[in-house]
Amino acid sequence: MANMTPKKHEMPTQDPKVRAANFLEVATGYTLDMAVAEAERCLHCPTQPCVSGCPVHINIPDFISKVKEKDFEGAYKIISMSSSLPAVCGRVCPQESQCESLCVRGKGAVPQKDENGQLVKDANGKPVMIKSEAVGIGRLERFVADYHNAYNTEKPAKPQPNGHKVAVIGSGPSGLTCAGDLAKLGFKVTVFEALHVAGGVLVYGIPEFRLPKSIVQKEVDNLKALDVDIETNVVIGKTLTIDELFEDGYEAIYIGSGAGLPKFMNIPGEGLKGVLSANEFLTRINLMKAYKDHSDTPVNHSKKVAVIGGGNVAMDAARSAKRLGGDVTIVYRRTKAELPARAEEVEHAIEEGIKFAFLTNPTKINGDENGNVKSITCIKMELGEPDASGRRRPVEVEGSEFDIDVDEVIMALGTSPNPLIKSTTSGLDTQRWGGIIADEETGKTSRDHVYAGGDAVTGAATVILAMGAGKKAAAAIAKELLK
Amino acid sequence: MYKIVSKKVLNPTVVQMEIDSPLVAKKAKPGQFIILRVDESGERIPLTVAGTDKEKGTTKIIFQVVGATTEKLMHKEEGEYIADFVGPLGVATHTEGIKSVCIIGGGVGCAIAMPVAQEFHRLGAKVTSIIGFRNKDLLILEDEFKEASDRLVVMTDDGSYARQGNVTVPLKEMLEEDPNQFDLIITIGPLIMMKFVVLTAKPYNVPVTVSMNPIMIDGTGMCGGCRLTLIQDGKRVMKFACVDGPDFNGYEVDFDEAMSRGRQYYDFERHAYEETCNLFKKEVK
Repeated sequence: MANMTPKKHEMPTQDPKVRAANFLEVATGYTLDMAVAEAERCLHCPTQPCVSGCPVHINIPDFISKVKEKDFEGAYKIISMSSSLPAVCGRVCPQESQCESLCVRGKGAVPQKDENGQLVKDANGKPVMIKSEAVGIGRLERFVADYHNAYNTEKPAKPQPNGHKVAVIGSGPSGLTCAGDLAKLGFKVTVFEALHVAGGVLVYGIPEFRLPKSIVQKEVDNLKALDVDIETNVVIGKTLTIDELFEDGYEAIYIGSGAGLPKFMNIPGEGLKGVLSANEFLTRINLMKAYKDHSDTPVNHSKKVAVIGGGNVAMDAARSAKRLGGDVTIVYRRTKAELPARAEEVEHAIEEGIKFAFLTNPTKINGDENGNVKSITCIKMELGEPDASGRRRPVEVEGSEFDIDVDEVIMALGTSPNPLIKSTTSGLDTQRWGGIIADEETGKTSRDHVYAGGDAVTGAATVILAMGAGKKAAAAIAKELLK
Repeated sequence: MYKIVSKKVLNPTVVQMEIDSPLVAKKAKPGQFIILRVDESGERIPLTVAGTDKEKGTTKIIFQVVGATTEKLMHKEEGEYIADFVGPLGVATHTEGIKSVCIIGGGVGCAIAMPVAQEFHRLGAKVTSIIGFRNKDLLILEDEFKEASDRLVVMTDDGSYARQGNVTVPLKEMLEEDPNQFDLIITIGPLIMMKFVVLTAKPYNVPVTVSMNPIMIDGTGMCGGCRLTLIQDGKRVMKFACVDGPDFNGYEVDFDEAMSRGRQYYDFERHAYEETCNLFKKEVK
């Protein structure tokens, strides 16, 4: 009989007051008992709706069965068949809008009972209902991956080389996934990375407190154990071109070069000192370790910070600024309901004391006589008719301008694709806005033997979608080269 | 790791190094830059390529000690290694169709101007070079410029060597003499100097290319730290020096904003520089 508790087992976390001043991981992970008890909540529905919600189609009910049996290594093996980066996905996937959104346990409500098992009733004598929650699939995935990383000593078996060479551009989630899948099939894979360390957005973008870098390093090491070569400090489109890679004998190329230039609002004052993109702010902190004392890279420890935007990157930037000692306000033009960020990140941000100015949009940034930011002028918004994205379009409320005093403004408004590969590769078709055009099912581009996926194709999206694209492309490349 | 193949001290604060980097050396063109990190905790700094030796597979950099990172780099010796070296980045200087060019370098900017002058010289253009320094002790690359130029004017601020004055003085004289003698002026050096070169050339309608060297982190078009503003047809347009530059039309650049943004981390940098200097002083003791 399944455990019928309506609520997920809560994720143990560092106390919000404590963690708001450190960069250690916020969520500390399930204990073994919690994991087994949470696994007991799975009903093993025959239709497995959760699996269809996973972009890489992990066999979720099967891995949860193994957790119930306390066969955690068995659970890991099941996850690994579909995902190359379980420890990462368990932490950063938006499960609430994917697998967990389809979980039967998350539908409906059950009557609340007190400690003695008696129904709790309201003033009118009616039973109090509590909304039931999906199985904590993400938390279980994370537990299984962490357990494996802590206790497994077995090295993955090296696959038999199949004699084919493939180049992967970018070592973010998409590139690592594609490289891993191909290497397991015996391909000789070289990953080219522009920065000095592998991991892409997992190392330069997502902060340590949400995704410890040691976990990313472990995933990279796992790939190296499969004989994948990782060449850092090589910018494809500059150091080498796609054409030169083909000349060097690579038979197929996967472009997973990720997001590019940050977007700004095109409002007055964006050139002031103290205005920066979330990419820059987070790169200073994460990639360059500017939050540590011994780093040579500076980062502002600002007193009053405004972060513009409502996605995961905005949450990451806001919570990082908080940890550097700032009083942080997220300025978002829609309401809490429309925030695109992962629900858990929003909750954590609120717990840590991040303020939100909803239905608010900046119109200009004001500076002092030395060119430093001193305030932002914002205008109130209201939600109008739904736009093409289906979300209600925010409309300015005339005459509602007001100022917020700040000394730093961080723009987290998304990115436009990096121009370097596009501008040096003939025959590679791109969208008007710059994204590489690739087939959704195979990643095939307009150039023969060139595949692409992740943010380079879709524009800013999620880690798991980028992984899904890397996976599909790996399958398509294998099909092409092994036929 | 990237080996320092040679090291040469050009003046008390300016050092030239050749770094073993075959892929960069094969590709780099005048006007492009590299990003390096000295060691594992180091910051990423951009330096413009000062030359390449494709056969040896080395890339030449020339840098002035201005902060902690360049101080650390200066203390590295021939045969030692630096952690990272990536490039070539940025767009190479456009040379097509230029028959007569005036190259204006200021201080360590001359290190960047030099390969540009050499490239125009190689392509058969008439090269006039004006190079300026604060004083005689800081003079670098005079012989190299002499070789690459049809005409060379050296200026020092204090008159301790060659002619006294700013680089704009001979430029104005030349433009007065014949405003049509240059197809293009290229200027590389401190922002304030480049701003005044632009102002000097403006009345004569000679195109001016400036080489911008803003704060950068990744250098590959990701962080946006290197952004600057161009004013095109009265509209402010954001550009990124790492992928759109580093060369820009001098008449369009908002120099005042660029100068302000260049001082963003001044306090941190001063402090880090002093600490690094103290560290080396201790080691010397």
